[in-house]
Amino acid sequence: MSRTVLLYAAMAAALLAVGLLQSWPLALTILNLCLISVVMALGVNVQWGVAGMFNVGTMGSAAAGGLAVVLVSAPPVRAAWTTGGGRLAIAASILLATTALAVVIWRGLSGNPLLRGVAVAATGLGGVLLAQHWFLPATAAIEAVDAASAGYLGGLGLPVALSWVVGGIFGAALAWPIGRLTAGLRSDYLAVATFGISEIILAVLRNEEWLARGVKNVTGLPRPVPYETDLQAAIWVQDLSAWLGWPLRDTASVLVKLAYAAWFLAVLLVIWWALDRLSHAPWGRMMRAIRDNEEAARAMGKDVARRHLQAFVLGSAIVGIGGAMLVTLDGQFTAGSYQPLRFTFLIWVMVIVGGSGNHRGAILGAFLIWFVWVQAETAGLWLAATGATLLAPDNPIRLALEAGPAQLRYVLMGLILVLVMRFSPRGLIPEATPEPPK
Amino acid sequence: MSDVLNGLLHLTSMLVIPGLAYGSQLALGALGVTLIFGVLRFSSFAHAEGLSLGTALTILFTIWLQGHGVSLGVLPTALLGMLLAMPVMALIFIATDRALYRHFRRINARAEVFMIVSAGVMLMMNGVIRLMIGADGRDFEDGARFIVSARGFRDWSGLAEPLVIKTSQMLTIAVAVLATAGLFWFLGRTQAGRSMRAYADNRNLALLSGVDPDRIVRLTWVLVAVLSVLAGVLFGLDKGYRPFVYQQLLLPMFAAAVVGGLGSPIGAIVGSMIVAFSELALTFAWKKALAYFLPAAMAPESMMQLLSTEYKFAVSFLILVVVLLVRPAGLYGKVSR
Repeated sequence: MSRTVLLYAAMAAALLAVGLLQSWPLALTILNLCLISVVMALGVNVQWGVAGMFNVGTMGSAAAGGLAVVLVSAPPVRAAWTTGGGRLAIAASILLATTALAVVIWRGLSGNPLLRGVAVAATGLGGVLLAQHWFLPATAAIEAVDAASAGYLGGLGLPVALSWVVGGIFGAALAWPIGRLTAGLRSDYLAVATFGISEIILAVLRNEEWLARGVKNVTGLPRPVPYETDLQAAIWVQDLSAWLGWPLRDTASVLVKLAYAAWFLAVLLVIWWALDRLSHAPWGRMMRAIRDNEEAARAMGKDVARRHLQAFVLGSAIVGIGGAMLVTLDGQFTAGSYQPLRFTFLIWVMVIVGGSGNHRGAILGAFLIWFVWVQAETAGLWLAATGATLLAPDNPIRLALEAGPAQLRYVLMGLILVLVMRFSPRGLIPEATPEPPK
Repeated sequence: MSDVLNGLLHLTSMLVIPGLAYGSQLALGALGVTLIFGVLRFSSFAHAEGLSLGTALTILFTIWLQGHGVSLGVLPTALLGMLLAMPVMALIFIATDRALYRHFRRINARAEVFMIVSAGVMLMMNGVIRLMIGADGRDFEDGARFIVSARGFRDWSGLAEPLVIKTSQMLTIAVAVLATAGLFWFLGRTQAGRSMRAYADNRNLALLSGVDPDRIVRLTWVLVAVLSVLAGVLFGLDKGYRPFVYQQLLLPMFAAAVVGGLGSPIGAIVGSMIVAFSELALTFAWKKALAYFLPAAMAPESMMQLLSTEYKFAVSFLILVVVLLVRPAGLYGKVSR
């Protein structure tokens, strides 16, 4: 216990040090992203730490959550709906009918595998070509509506905090079919399948401009907190800023970031509380039993595939919530910014370093790794500047240092990951093993 | 008659030859995936970065060779640079194995643990590549660009459609055929290859028969290094080197290996061809070809393109899903649940 307290205190001290030595807005920016990382790390921890499943599609769940923010909170583009909505609906119903027909054929022709394959493939082919007849002109028309600022269907114009719930639902809805497909297969298949689906989700988000403007980005999404300019005009903020002796701009920025932090902390606490309850419930014990000895759990009559599916869907939903929170914090949805290194593998490093299977560990890991990730660049720049005085100007080490503070952090993250796996596989705060019965 | 000829030429230039070349590149990569899986029992997430690192090294060696006035005439100098990169990559892989994977083999870690460690290796390699060669693209193909160029063929044949064959495409197919032939000879006919297969088949039995596991593992990494450098360089020659495009090869390579059956070399090749041709066929605009083959009244109006090319790699996923649904062990694999 004392180790946990000590590590958390050290983390808090590090954040305070950033506030005192660099700036408070920066410290709060790091804190907010830490909180979001914690939510994502908790999601991965449910899958890996609790259930022992290797999901490499975190990026996809996070992006799906981000899409939810656009679809829920962005203002609707009515012109786009009137011009393309109908045709889009026709195309969608054709695709749905095709899928239904394919399923019927699949079930009906189970006796003849060759004929079944050909028939299903032909159905799919015909359906797609037929749907294209409505889909292509519809999307072209939608993308032409006010292309510079809209060119997509827009959202529902609902409060943005609602989109976090929807983000969770999106994450879960995407995870379910993948989980169903791979449940019971070797773990490699889950890894490959999740990796694939996350790349495909991103490809869709980048290319389907009618949906969320693709790489043109949706900016100016509504916020759950006041705007800095409004705060700067408020009397009490001006008083506060005078009392603190800070510039008005900094005060407003800190207040906004604190408001975000309060939102995120509230979500985090709810998720943590729920997960903690789950861990101590029979479900949690059963999951650990399955993770530690699948065969024994199966022999005791536990439905391993079903439990895996539950943990997988739950974890993906939590990651989806985190993804939605991230887009809310950014105020924009940038499909081009999702990279597997940042959104999948970095989260994994957090869980492993913190201590998988243990929510407190995952939380600490998320804080620590995000902090290192951000500050590695600062440290790298400092190293480069120091190196500049020590090394000759054409020294290759110095050139590499100057070119790559941002690049070095990938090496650093990989190194941290393998070192922890090699020398301290249980992480900084190892999962507490319950006392054996006396 | 000339319509049919034109149509065939169009398909050959735009579909068959690019498909064979891409399939060969994938096959060299997927063979590496399947070898690692067969012998070391895990799917390496660092594999695509391995291809990229091998290519980056080759580019640096090629620049060095070109600086010394070395050239292969019509063939790209990278073919020589590649030979220098292979031993370096083999050393890198063996060193990685010594430092990391060996430990996890000894403690008999779960496959997931190996995958996580390979993800760490991937992150490190990715950073090293960025430091070494930057994030920008590079074109390192020298020598003759085309074996058969569009204009040359049109002048010679008098047909409307040209036949286009790039040097890199023919080179890819030729090298891939030679390399796989060499690999199969090694696995089937040499003592070392046979002990490797025995070890992959049944580890305990192989150990009982006196197979030295460390030697097998080293050999595997040497083979993986050779295959990775070949795959990476040929892909780079064909499409131009951009460090991060290689990450997008991971999914098609995995899909190819799974389709063929993880651990089966022949499966990796067949799987790669299936993946490559499906990708191209589903994202190919069939309008022109159909216009040649069908009577004028039936010529299609739309592009007849099922998926836009941005979704190329979605096809590999689609194939993967179908295989997982129908035959999880793959075409040539043993049932593994």
